[in-house]
Amino acid sequence: MSRLLVSFISGLLFGVGLLISGMTDTAKVQGWLDILGQWDPTLAFVMGGAIIPMTAAWAITAKKAPFFDYSFSMPSNKTIDFKLLSGSVLFGMGWALAGLCPGPAIAALGFGGNGIILFFVSMVIGMILTKPIRMGSISTADG
Amino acid sequence: MIIDWIYGLVGGLFIGLGGLVLLIFNGRIMGASGILGQLIDGKQDKENLERIVFLIGVIAGPLIILQFSDFSTTNVTSNTTQLVLAGLLVGAGTRIANGCTSGHGVCGISRLSLRGLLATAVYIAAGALTMVTLRTFWGLI
Repeated sequence: MSRLLVSFISGLLFGVGLLISGMTDTAKVQGWLDILGQWDPTLAFVMGGAIIPMTAAWAITAKKAPFFDYSFSMPSNKTIDFKLLSGSVLFGMGWALAGLCPGPAIAALGFGGNGIILFFVSMVIGMILTKPIRMGSISTADG
Repeated sequence: MIIDWIYGLVGGLFIGLGGLVLLIFNGRIMGASGILGQLIDGKQDKENLERIVFLIGVIAGPLIILQFSDFSTTNVTSNTTQLVLAGLLVGAGTRIANGCTSGHGVCGISRLSLRGLLATAVYIAAGALTMVTLRTFWGLI
Protein backbone atom coordinates (compact mmCIF):
# COMPACT_ATOMS: atom_id res chain seq x y z
CA MET A 1 0.00 0.00 0.00
CA SER A 2 2.80 2.40 0.90
CA ARG A 3 4.50 1.59 -2.40
CA LEU A 4 1.32 2.41 -4.31
CA LEU A 5 0.99 5.74 -2.52
CA VAL A 6 4.62 6.59 -3.32
CA SER A 7 4.06 5.66 -6.98
CA PHE A 8 1.03 7.93 -7.14
CA ILE A 9 2.78 10.88 -5.45
CA SER A 10 5.79 10.45 -7.71
CA GLY A 11 3.51 10.43 -10.76
CA LEU A 12 1.70 13.55 -9.55
CA LEU A 13 4.98 15.44 -9.02
CA PHE A 14 6.28 14.31 -12.40
CA GLY A 15 3.08 15.32 -14.21
CA VAL A 16 2.84 18.68 -12.44
CA GLY A 17 6.50 19.38 -13.20
CA LEU A 18 6.11 18.52 -16.88
CA LEU A 19 3.16 20.90 -17.15
CA ILE A 20 4.64 23.83 -15.21
CA SER A 21 8.00 23.54 -16.96
CA GLY A 22 6.33 23.93 -20.35
CA MET A 23 7.43 20.53 -21.60
CA THR A 24 3.86 19.67 -22.62
CA ASP A 25 4.12 22.60 -25.04
CA THR A 26 5.53 21.06 -28.22
CA ALA A 27 6.66 24.47 -29.48
CA LYS A 28 9.09 24.82 -26.54
CA VAL A 29 10.56 21.37 -27.09
CA GLN A 30 10.92 21.85 -30.84
CA GLY A 31 12.39 25.28 -30.05
CA TRP A 32 15.11 23.60 -27.97
CA LEU A 33 16.07 21.47 -30.98
CA ASP A 34 15.76 24.35 -33.45
CA ILE A 35 19.41 25.37 -33.10
CA LEU A 36 19.58 27.34 -36.35
CA GLY A 37 16.21 29.03 -35.87
CA GLN A 38 14.44 30.55 -32.85
CA TRP A 39 16.41 28.55 -30.30
CA ASP A 40 14.62 28.14 -26.95
CA PRO A 41 16.87 27.13 -24.03
CA THR A 42 13.97 26.38 -21.61
CA LEU A 43 14.61 22.62 -21.71
CA ALA A 44 18.09 23.11 -20.28
CA PHE A 45 16.56 24.85 -17.25
CA VAL A 46 14.10 21.97 -16.83
CA MET A 47 16.92 19.42 -16.98
CA GLY A 48 19.01 21.47 -14.58
CA GLY A 49 16.12 21.82 -12.14
CA ALA A 50 15.34 18.10 -12.28
CA ILE A 51 18.94 17.04 -11.78
CA ILE A 52 19.24 18.93 -8.46
CA PRO A 53 16.83 16.72 -6.40
CA MET A 54 17.98 13.63 -8.30
CA THR A 55 21.62 14.24 -7.40
CA ALA A 56 20.56 14.40 -3.74
CA ALA A 57 18.53 11.22 -4.24
CA TRP A 58 21.52 9.30 -5.62
CA ALA A 59 23.64 10.51 -2.70
CA ILE A 60 21.03 9.12 -0.30
CA THR A 61 20.95 5.76 -2.11
CA ALA A 62 24.65 5.36 -1.52
CA LYS A 63 24.05 5.40 2.23
CA LYS A 64 20.85 3.46 2.81
CA ALA A 65 18.31 1.03 1.34
CA PRO A 66 14.95 2.25 0.04
CA PHE A 67 12.21 2.62 2.65
CA PHE A 68 9.79 0.19 1.01
CA ASP A 69 12.08 -2.34 -0.61
CA TYR A 70 15.11 -4.47 0.26
CA SER A 71 17.33 -2.97 -2.40
CA PHE A 72 17.44 -0.59 -5.34
CA SER A 73 16.50 -1.91 -8.75
CA MET A 74 19.40 -0.56 -10.76
CA PRO A 75 20.18 -0.89 -14.45
CA SER A 76 22.61 -3.76 -14.74
CA ASN A 77 23.58 -3.02 -18.32
CA LYS A 78 26.70 -0.86 -18.53
CA THR A 79 27.69 -1.52 -22.11
CA ILE A 80 27.45 1.04 -24.87
CA ASP A 81 25.83 -1.02 -27.59
CA PHE A 82 24.14 -0.59 -30.94
CA LYS A 83 20.68 -0.74 -29.37
CA LEU A 84 21.39 2.23 -27.10
CA LEU A 85 22.70 4.37 -29.94
CA SER A 86 20.28 3.38 -32.71
CA GLY A 87 17.27 3.58 -30.40
CA SER A 88 18.32 7.04 -29.26
CA VAL A 89 18.67 8.19 -32.88
CA LEU A 90 15.12 6.99 -33.68
CA PHE A 91 13.80 8.59 -30.51
CA GLY A 92 15.50 11.91 -31.29
CA MET A 93 14.00 11.98 -34.78
CA GLY A 94 10.49 11.36 -33.48
CA TRP A 95 11.03 13.83 -30.64
CA ALA A 96 11.82 16.58 -33.13
CA LEU A 97 9.02 15.63 -35.48
CA ALA A 98 6.22 16.19 -32.96
CA GLY A 99 7.94 17.91 -30.02
CA LEU A 100 6.83 15.17 -27.65
CA CYS A 101 8.66 12.57 -25.59
CA PRO A 102 6.95 9.84 -23.53
CA GLY A 103 6.54 11.76 -20.23
CA PRO A 104 4.87 14.90 -21.63
CA ALA A 105 2.73 12.81 -24.02
CA ILE A 106 1.30 10.97 -21.01
CA ALA A 107 1.00 14.15 -18.92
CA ALA A 108 -0.99 15.89 -21.68
CA LEU A 109 -3.37 12.94 -22.25
CA GLY A 110 -6.02 14.47 -19.99
CA PHE A 111 -6.16 17.88 -21.63
CA GLY A 112 -4.26 17.84 -24.93
CA GLY A 113 -7.04 16.62 -27.20
CA ASN A 114 -6.96 14.26 -30.18
CA GLY A 115 -3.46 15.10 -31.40
CA ILE A 116 -1.91 13.98 -28.12
CA ILE A 117 -4.05 10.84 -28.03
CA LEU A 118 -3.04 9.93 -31.59
CA PHE A 119 0.64 10.41 -30.73
CA PHE A 120 0.25 8.34 -27.56
CA VAL A 121 -1.47 5.44 -29.34
CA SER A 122 1.20 5.47 -32.07
CA MET A 123 3.90 5.50 -29.39
CA VAL A 124 2.35 2.47 -27.68
CA ILE A 125 2.22 0.64 -31.04
CA GLY A 126 5.89 1.54 -31.60
CA MET A 127 6.72 0.05 -28.20
CA ILE A 128 4.81 -3.15 -28.96
CA LEU A 129 6.37 -3.54 -32.42
CA THR A 130 9.90 -3.55 -30.98
CA LYS A 131 9.23 -6.32 -28.49
CA PRO A 132 10.74 -9.05 -30.72
CA ILE A 133 13.93 -6.98 -31.15
CA ARG A 134 14.24 -6.44 -27.43
CA MET A 135 13.61 -10.02 -26.37
CA GLY A 136 16.60 -11.66 -24.79
CA SER A 137 18.19 -8.36 -23.90
CA ILE A 138 18.80 -7.28 -20.34
CA SER A 139 15.41 -6.59 -18.85
CA THR A 140 16.16 -4.05 -16.13
CA ALA A 141 15.31 -0.72 -17.70
CA ASP A 142 17.47 2.36 -17.37
CA GLY A 143 14.31 4.36 -17.29
CA MET B 1 11.31 34.64 -22.10
CA ILE B 2 12.99 34.71 -18.69
CA ILE B 3 9.68 33.83 -17.04
CA ASP B 4 9.63 30.68 -19.21
CA TRP B 5 13.06 29.75 -17.88
CA ILE B 6 11.90 30.23 -14.29
CA TYR B 7 8.84 28.05 -14.90
CA GLY B 8 11.20 25.56 -16.52
CA LEU B 9 13.46 25.49 -13.48
CA VAL B 10 10.56 25.22 -11.00
CA GLY B 11 8.87 22.53 -13.10
CA GLY B 12 12.19 20.75 -13.36
CA LEU B 13 12.49 20.71 -9.57
CA PHE B 14 9.07 19.04 -9.36
CA ILE B 15 10.15 16.46 -11.95
CA GLY B 16 13.31 15.77 -9.95
CA LEU B 17 11.31 15.47 -6.72
CA GLY B 18 9.09 12.89 -8.41
CA GLY B 19 12.21 10.93 -9.28
CA LEU B 20 13.64 11.36 -5.78
CA VAL B 21 10.50 10.06 -4.10
CA LEU B 22 10.28 6.99 -6.34
CA LEU B 23 13.96 6.21 -5.89
CA ILE B 24 14.45 6.61 -2.15
CA PHE B 25 11.11 5.10 -1.12
CA ASN B 26 10.45 2.40 -3.73
CA GLY B 27 13.98 1.92 -5.03
CA ARG B 28 12.88 2.41 -8.62
CA ILE B 29 14.08 4.69 -11.40
CA MET B 30 11.49 7.14 -12.72
CA GLY B 31 11.55 6.59 -16.45
CA ALA B 32 8.36 7.28 -18.39
CA SER B 33 9.12 5.00 -21.35
CA GLY B 34 10.29 2.18 -19.09
CA ILE B 35 7.27 2.31 -16.80
CA LEU B 36 4.78 2.48 -19.69
CA GLY B 37 6.76 0.00 -21.80
CA GLN B 38 7.06 -2.66 -19.12
CA LEU B 39 3.34 -2.38 -18.49
CA ILE B 40 2.62 -2.85 -22.19
CA ASP B 41 5.05 -5.75 -22.45
CA GLY B 42 2.87 -7.54 -19.93
CA LYS B 43 5.87 -8.15 -17.69
CA GLN B 44 4.72 -10.62 -15.08
CA ASP B 45 5.59 -9.11 -11.74
CA LYS B 46 3.88 -7.55 -8.78
CA GLU B 47 4.74 -4.01 -9.82
CA ASN B 48 2.23 -3.53 -12.62
CA LEU B 49 -0.29 -1.94 -10.28
CA GLU B 50 2.40 0.51 -9.12
CA ARG B 51 3.10 1.38 -12.75
CA ILE B 52 -0.58 1.99 -13.44
CA VAL B 53 -0.95 4.16 -10.34
CA PHE B 54 2.15 6.15 -11.33
CA LEU B 55 0.74 6.80 -14.82
CA ILE B 56 -2.62 7.86 -13.34
CA GLY B 57 -0.69 10.34 -11.19
CA VAL B 58 1.13 11.72 -14.25
CA ILE B 59 -2.21 12.35 -15.96
CA ALA B 60 -3.98 13.64 -12.83
CA GLY B 61 -1.25 16.09 -11.71
CA PRO B 62 -1.64 18.46 -14.67
CA LEU B 63 -5.44 18.26 -14.47
CA ILE B 64 -5.29 19.49 -10.86
CA ILE B 65 -2.98 22.41 -11.72
CA LEU B 66 -5.15 23.35 -14.70
CA GLN B 67 -8.03 24.02 -12.28
CA PHE B 68 -6.10 27.03 -10.98
CA SER B 69 -4.04 28.20 -13.92
CA ASP B 70 -3.74 27.94 -17.65
CA PHE B 71 -0.75 26.00 -18.93
CA SER B 72 -2.88 24.01 -21.33
CA THR B 73 -1.28 25.09 -24.60
CA THR B 74 0.30 22.11 -26.34
CA ASN B 75 0.74 23.62 -29.83
CA VAL B 76 0.58 20.04 -31.05
CA THR B 77 0.44 19.65 -34.83
CA SER B 78 -2.82 18.63 -36.50
CA ASN B 79 -0.90 16.70 -39.17
CA THR B 80 -1.94 13.06 -38.68
CA THR B 81 0.95 11.53 -40.63
CA GLN B 82 3.47 13.58 -38.67
CA LEU B 83 1.95 12.54 -35.32
CA VAL B 84 1.75 8.84 -36.19
CA LEU B 85 5.29 8.71 -37.55
CA ALA B 86 6.63 10.66 -34.55
CA GLY B 87 4.77 8.41 -32.11
CA LEU B 88 6.08 5.23 -33.74
CA LEU B 89 9.66 6.55 -33.71
CA VAL B 90 9.48 7.69 -30.08
CA GLY B 91 7.85 4.45 -28.91
CA ALA B 92 10.24 2.20 -30.82
CA GLY B 93 13.35 4.27 -30.14
CA THR B 94 12.90 4.69 -26.39
CA ARG B 95 12.25 0.98 -25.89
CA ILE B 96 15.19 -0.11 -28.05
CA ALA B 97 17.45 2.36 -26.22
CA ASN B 98 15.89 1.36 -22.87
CA GLY B 99 15.06 4.90 -21.80
CA CYS B 100 13.99 8.42 -22.69
CA THR B 101 14.35 11.99 -21.43
CA SER B 102 13.38 11.07 -17.86
CA GLY B 103 15.22 7.76 -17.48
CA HIS B 104 18.40 8.35 -19.50
CA GLY B 105 18.19 12.14 -19.21
CA VAL B 106 17.19 13.18 -15.71
CA CYS B 107 17.99 9.97 -13.79
CA GLY B 108 20.96 8.86 -15.90
CA ILE B 109 22.79 12.18 -16.03
CA SER B 110 22.36 12.84 -12.30
CA ARG B 111 23.79 9.39 -11.62
CA LEU B 112 26.65 10.13 -14.05
CA SER B 113 25.74 6.97 -15.94
CA LEU B 114 27.73 6.70 -19.15
CA ARG B 115 24.79 5.06 -20.94
CA GLY B 116 22.46 7.86 -19.82
CA LEU B 117 24.87 10.63 -20.78
CA LEU B 118 25.59 9.12 -24.17
CA ALA B 119 21.94 8.34 -24.98
CA THR B 120 21.00 11.92 -24.07
CA ALA B 121 23.75 13.36 -26.28
CA VAL B 122 22.64 11.13 -29.16
CA TYR B 123 18.90 11.84 -29.01
CA ILE B 124 19.47 15.59 -28.67
CA ALA B 125 21.90 15.53 -31.61
CA ALA B 126 19.52 13.41 -33.72
CA GLY B 127 16.63 15.68 -32.75
CA ALA B 128 18.52 18.86 -33.61
CA LEU B 129 19.67 17.41 -36.94
CA THR B 130 16.10 16.39 -37.76
CA MET B 131 14.87 19.85 -36.79
CA VAL B 132 17.47 21.63 -38.91
CA THR B 133 16.69 19.39 -41.88
CA LEU B 134 12.91 19.58 -41.66
CA ARG B 135 12.52 23.21 -40.54
CA THR B 136 15.59 25.20 -41.53
CA PHE B 137 16.29 23.50 -44.87
CA TRP B 138 12.93 22.13 -46.03
CA GLY B 139 10.49 24.34 -44.10
CA LEU B 140 8.23 21.35 -43.45
CA ILE B 141 7.55 21.55 -39.70
